[in-house]
This record gives sequence, structure tokens and C-alpha cells, in this order.
Amino acid sequence: MSWFIRRNPRILVGGVLVLFLLLVAFTAPLIAPYDPVEVDVSQALLPPSTAHWLGTDDLGRDVLSRVIWGSQISLKVGLISVSIGFIVGVSLGLAAGYLGGIFDLVAMRAIDALLAFPALILAIAITAALGPQIENAMIAIGVVAVPVYTRLTRGQVLSVREREYLVAARTVGVPPLRIVLRHIFPNITNPLVVQATLSIAFAILAEATLSFLGLGAQPPTPTWGADIFYSERWLVNLKWWMSVGPGLGIFLAVFSFNFLGDALRDALDPRLRRSA
Amino acid sequence: MGAYILRRLLLMIPVAVLVSIIVFVLVHLSPGDPVLLYAGDERDPVALQQLRHEYGLDQPLPVQYVSWLGHAVQGDLGRSLRTRQPVLEAVVERVPATLELGLAALLISVSLALLVGTLSAVRRNSPLDLLATGFTVAGVSLPNFFLGLVLILVFSLGIRLFPPGGYAPLFGEPVDNLRHLVLPAITLATASLAVNMRQVRSSLLDTFTQDYIRTARAKGLTSSIVILRHALKNALIPVVTIIGLQVGAIIEGAIVTEQVYSWPGIGKLAVDSIGGRDYPVVQTIVLLSALSYMCTTLVVDVLYAWLDPRISYGGQRS
Repeated sequence: MSWFIRRNPRILVGGVLVLFLLLVAFTAPLIAPYDPVEVDVSQALLPPSTAHWLGTDDLGRDVLSRVIWGSQISLKVGLISVSIGFIVGVSLGLAAGYLGGIFDLVAMRAIDALLAFPALILAIAITAALGPQIENAMIAIGVVAVPVYTRLTRGQVLSVREREYLVAARTVGVPPLRIVLRHIFPNITNPLVVQATLSIAFAILAEATLSFLGLGAQPPTPTWGADIFYSERWLVNLKWWMSVGPGLGIFLAVFSFNFLGDALRDALDPRLRRSA
Repeated sequence: MGAYILRRLLLMIPVAVLVSIIVFVLVHLSPGDPVLLYAGDERDPVALQQLRHEYGLDQPLPVQYVSWLGHAVQGDLGRSLRTRQPVLEAVVERVPATLELGLAALLISVSLALLVGTLSAVRRNSPLDLLATGFTVAGVSLPNFFLGLVLILVFSLGIRLFPPGGYAPLFGEPVDNLRHLVLPAITLATASLAVNMRQVRSSLLDTFTQDYIRTARAKGLTSSIVILRHALKNALIPVVTIIGLQVGAIIEGAIVTEQVYSWPGIGKLAVDSIGGRDYPVVQTIVLLSALSYMCTTLVVDVLYAWLDPRISYGGQRS
């Protein structure tokens, strides 16, 4: 493991960034200096200072505390929605790739139909249909992620299904479910891990966008996207600090998962490894 | 080639039907009784039942779907609940603004990606390359609504170079139109610029290792000719695919940018309609964006096969 990381230092950098984010999210109640939803109008619209590092908003709420608590929502949405996409998409891809035939045909046409929608439009349409709540945003982002995993998994299954060890397993009568779970899945995990990491970055960005459009968590819950939308009205008065904190939060979170995903892809994809 | 296009068109039909079913079902999942939305202040049960019957909402869902699809293919996508304007008319009159913004962003993105991506590949590991690589990672990680606010803060409210939002007609006031266009176009272009730049760079680096490039250099051709005539031409094939898909996703990209800059295009109409629960408009925009995405994907596939003769059309070589 340490040899692997020494050979791929970018994974270490990406991993440290992601760990830092997770740490901030888990310890939010301990490290946030103020209650993120507590209104104190006597402290309204204060610029950054030693008491409020990122200033306060028009209701006197501490921006840094809201940014720290906002990381919980973003990471929760990222992890849960990607889990939904991963579990549904990989299961469908395994079944379609292994079973083939009519199941494959029907499943892939349904996936084609989902892929026909631009990702963000589909997420917006699903969230608007289900109602503007954070749980619905998670479902929407998860559904949007399904086609990518299905296609990726199916392609991987097709490339390994005729390998000798699988032919041997079938010949000795290993049941199909066991073949898929014990012999195929463990051999196709590398690209799935890379995709999952990159999908979390997309999910965080999508959640922020949905929240910015009023389709995510509702006030006064601290979320980065909604806080930027809320701060927009104060921009004309040059109260820039209300937007900068949540904006940098989104940037750091998306950047960290993108960076880690890219590093993992470079390390785990044998073609890229050869050309490096 | 003709048979390939025909086959792809035929394959698009079932997918388009599935897309229409998804859009129809999504709208019917939406919270609230649609009759109450159509009825405005009317709450008399008899009148509401009358309206339900009038709009066919008392029919089973499959019947409603067939009726909706029948009207949709004839261009009748209903009326906006907020303005009572025919939906298609409301959407079509927003198309020019969105197209203008999308194409301006694409122009910025493609021209800069070609220039910087090529220089970055030619001068690999130079300070410019490192800067460009950093930008590509940062560009895709920056939410465009935040970038938009930062640009407004600096260039509109700070140095007052461009207006913070709004629109001026392209043909009536071209100079003013251009001033309003600059910031939204840069905002919309940033993410795709990062993707395109990375693609141009990696594609060129890949092409530089090919035998025909070595041969071209061995013949004594100058570096610029090798790059422009031999490498770039071949390296651009995957880039064309990505750019093509970005054309198809113009509406998607415009949703947030138009909202930030109050740009009166389809994206802003979509957001306003979601807020106002104007489902027929939302339904139409989602449907049109999916269909335009599908059509662009088809065009890209055909173009890809045409640009790269090694790609076969369904098992037959071209």
C-alpha cells in the first residue's frame, strides 16, 4: 500500500484533501465557532474579522459556521446519491452484461433513454417533480448517476465474461449469481472506484446547483448552494464575504474529489500507467 | 453512410418514446392537483370536475399520455399556466437568446482550448503547461453560479466595465448586446474550456507518439507544419466529439448562467417555471433539451465516423 502511494503521490494529496473534508464534516459540531442557524441581528453584515473569520450574513449568522456545517450536507448528498447510482447501476450492468439477450436489450434501451437527458436537466426535472427537499435531490442525483455505472459495468463484464477462469467456473457448475459476485465483480472494480470518486465530485456540484435553484435543502439549513443564492441580493452592496465562503467550500470539495479521481485513474488504468 | 444514418434514426425512435414517457411521468409525479393550477381561484367542485374533464385529466394515465403525445407531435404542447401563452411559442421566442449565449461561450471555449491546449502539449511541463493543467482541474471544479457572482463583483460592481445582468437585442443594439454578453459567455465557457483544453492537450500528446509524426519530422518538415498539418488534424477527432456534445447541452449549461445574469433565455424560463409550478413549460423544456441532445449525439457520431475512416458503420467498413 505504502509502495503504491509512494509511486502515486497525487493519490496521497487527493486523499489528504478528501480526509480533511470528511474530518471537517464529522467534527462540525465541535469546530464550528457559532450556531449556524442562530439569528443575531445586532451582528448583521459584519465583514471578516477575528471574531467572525468569514463575516456574518444579514441575519447575523456566522458565515464560517454555516460553511463548516454545509460540508455535512454536501458530503452526505455526495456519498448517498453516489451509493444509489452505484448499487442500482452496477447491479443492472452486471445483470445486463452477464445475462445478455432480451434483458440486456430492454435495460440498455432504458439506460439510453436516461442518457438522452443532459444530466443536470434530468436532476432538476426529477427534483422538481418529487418536491424540493434534500432527500429528493439525493434520489435525483443518484438516478442521474445510474446510466454511467450500468454502461461501465456492462462493458467490463462483456470484456471478462469469456475469460478462461469464468468458463471453468461455469463448467464446474458454479451458480450464475456466485459467478457474478465472486468472480466477475472483484475483477472489474478498478474503473468503478475511479468513477465513484469522480461521481462524488459531480454530485456535490449538482447538489449545490439544485440548492442554488431552490430545489435542495430548505432554509435555514446551511447548504453552500442555497447560501450563495441567498447572498446574491447583498452583492450589489459589496457584501462579498457572504458568497465567498460557501463558494470556496464547493470549489474545495469538488476539486478534492476530482483530483483524487484523476490520480486514481492514472494509477489504476494500465494504459495510462504505460504511457506515463 | 446513408444506411448507417437511417439505422441510427430508427434506433432513436424507441429511445425518444421512452424519453417522452419519462417526461410525462415526471410531470404527473409532481405534487399538487394540476386542475387547481389551471383553475386559478376557482374552487367550486363542479367547476373543477368540468375542468378535469375538459383537460382529459379524468382519463387513465396511458390515455392521457397518448393524447399528450398526439398533441405534442403536432406542436401543441399546451399553454403556460402562468401566462396562458402557448408553451411552444414561449419557448421558441427564448431560443435566440440562449443560442447566442451558448454559441458565444462555445466560440470562447473552443478557440482558447485549441490555442492553449496546443501550446501546452508542445511545451509540455513548461510553466504555461503547468498553469493550463491547474486551470483545467480548477475550471471543472468551480460552480458557474459562483464564478458568475465573482465576475459580477469584480467587473460590474468593482471596475464597472460590464453590466451586472440583463439583455439588449442583438440586432437593435449590437454594442450594448455585446457588453451584456461578455460576462455570461465567459461564465458559461469556463467549465467547457477546461474540459476542451485537457482533451486537446492529451489528444495531441497521444498523436505526437505516432509513427507518421516521426516520419513527418524525419522528412525535415518544420515543427509548425508537423503540428498544424499532421498532428492537430488527427488529434482533433476526439475533441470534435466532446465539442459536439457540448452543443447539445447548451440548454443545460445556460440554466444557471441565465439565472445569475437575468439573461432571458430558455434556462431562465425553466427556472422561473419550476418556481411557478408551470409544469407544461418545464415539461416542454426538458423534452426539447433531451431531443436536441439526442440529435446532436447522432450528428456527432456521424461526423466522427466521417472524420475517422477507420470507424465502421455497424460492422461494415466505410
